[in-house]
This record gives sequence, C-alpha cells and structure tokens, in this order.
Amino acid sequence: MNIWLVMLVGGLITFGMRFSLIYAFGKLHIPETMRKALHYVPPAVLSAIVFPELFIRSGRVDVSLDNHRLLAGLFAVIVAWASRNTLVTILAGMLALFIVQTVLK
Amino acid sequence: MNEQQKYFWEGVRAEVPLLIGVFPFGMIYGALAIDAGLSDVAAQMMSSTVFAGSAQFITAQLVKDSTPGFVIVLTIAVVNLRHMLYSASLAPYLASVSTRWKMLLSYLLTDEAYAPSIIQYENEGVKPFSHWFLFGAGAALWIIWQVSTALGIFLGAAIPDSWSLDFALPLTFIAMVVPVLKNRPSVAAALSAGCVALAAGSLPYKLGLIVAALVGIAIGIFLEKRMNATPDEKPSIHALRESLDE
Repeated sequence: MNIWLVMLVGGLITFGMRFSLIYAFGKLHIPETMRKALHYVPPAVLSAIVFPELFIRSGRVDVSLDNHRLLAGLFAVIVAWASRNTLVTILAGMLALFIVQTVLK
Repeated sequence: MNEQQKYFWEGVRAEVPLLIGVFPFGMIYGALAIDAGLSDVAAQMMSSTVFAGSAQFITAQLVKDSTPGFVIVLTIAVVNLRHMLYSASLAPYLASVSTRWKMLLSYLLTDEAYAPSIIQYENEGVKPFSHWFLFGAGAALWIIWQVSTALGIFLGAAIPDSWSLDFALPLTFIAMVVPVLKNRPSVAAALSAGCVALAAGSLPYKLGLIVAALVGIAIGIFLEKRMNATPDEKPSIHALRESLDE
C-alpha cells in the first residue's frame, strides 16, 4: 500500500469513527446507563491523556523533583482550579516550567 | 450578528487558548514528518485527511520504520478509537441537525474541538444553532492545523527543544479537565483514568488510553449509583453540598 492510499484510507477510517455514533444516534436507542457514562467521558479521557504527559519521563513513571513537567503541571492544576481560565492556566504552567527548569537545573 | 454567527464566534473564541497549544504541536508534526521521509505534499495532506495529531505523529514514525501500509492503517484506526467515545458523547446534542452537518462536524471532531464543545453543551444544553459553536471551534482548529503544519514543514527542525512549547498541549487539557471535576464521582473518574493510563502505558497502539478512559467512566457511574443509593447517610450535608456544586 503506498503512502497516498494509507492517508486516504486512514482518513476515511478516522472520519468513520467520528461519524459513526453521531449518525447512528437517531436509529439507536442509547440506554440511561450509557448516557450517564457519557457524562464521565471528558474527565476520564482528558486525565488519561494528561497523566502520562506529566508523570512519564523517558518511558518510566517519574515522581522526583527532576520531573519538571510534573511540578509545573501540578502548579497548573492549582491555577486552573483557582482561575477557571484556560489562557491563565497555560501561561502559568509554561512560566512554572521555565522557572523550574532554570532553578532545578 | 445573527444567532449562527454568534455561536460560531463563541466557538472560535473558546478554541483560541487551545490553538496556542496546538500551533507548536502542528509545527513539530510538520518538521517530524519531513524528517521521517514524507514529501512536503504528503505531510500536508495527512493533516487534512487524517486530521488527528497523535495518529499523524505515529504514522510519521511508522513510515520512517518502513512499516507496511495495512499496519499503519490499522494503527490509525486503533489510536483514533477514542473518537467513537466523542461521537457517542456528542450524538444526543447533534440529533436534530441534518446529515450534511453531521458529516461536516464529524470531520472536524478532534480532541481539541470536542473539549470546549461538550462543556458548552453541558452548560447550556441544545439551542437551535448551538452546533455552530462546534463548527467554529472545529474550523478554527482546522485552519490553524493546516497553517502550523505548513510552517513546520518549511521551518523544519529549527525549533529549539528548550522552548518546551509542546507542554502547552497538556496544560490546555488540564485547564479543561479541572472545571468539570464538579463532584466526587467525576474526581474519582479522572484520578482512576489517569492512574490506569500510567499503569497501562506500555500497551501497544495507545490502547492504554482507551482502557483508562473506560475504567474511569465505570468508576464514575459506580460511585454515582452508590451515592444515590445511600441518601440516608448525612442527607442534609449531601444535599447542601450538591446544591452548592450546582
């Protein structure tokens, strides 16, 4: 399979997954438990993306002071909780990472 | 400004903070794809056909490793499985729009367009033109993804690692997840999903993410049911807390 075909088929599959349940919703009855489950999709999926980004360094879980991204990330969690503002959280987190990298070098 | 435009621009505005995280990510993708041996046109094309960051990074890596095409396609399918969760999650809110709209919005349905849109829907419910919010968020992301890919292709690997701009992406997810932790079941869902993601990180094809999400969701439902089943324990405090949370 050449690279163009890979991109085309890969794109169609991705689209198919995104479209699947949006399209089928009118035809399928989604049970109450499923609806409840969907409520927990954002916290579960977002955390599942964020945790490895913060905790895993060089393929291993690292909870030491050498893990600068974890320290900056925890600070960002506090800022996010206090400010409820995405831009403020990003700027605070980036600044925290810069400071931690400079101080703990 | 009519209602459509109002929702469209609200979606764009909600997407802006995420774009700050996405832009360097797109540039890095462009640079890495070229480095992996993809042509300029192929690297750019993948950003419009697949239009999914992590799948594109993995594809670049697999192309570099001379992986057979069908394995790459299968890998893209597995890595993007989570989009079925997003699809299911948004489906009730998009039930009333036309099939054409569903197709367009599905094409634009990425992690970064999903996050602000689901929060918008959960806060405000469905209004006649509220799908324009998702359209605005998705379109803004699409344009920035194409532009940043192109810039990355041309600037190549000139971006110094010391900038750590890629860190803006997990930071945006932190900013999105913290406000949705409104009660104990959602906190438990987030913590358990995160821990499982760490434990299952070595699973192939990013399956750890799927497993972690499913565990988090299951624990959220379980705790919600248990909390509802035992209202007689300190009912007044529970009721007060719940009313404060709302």
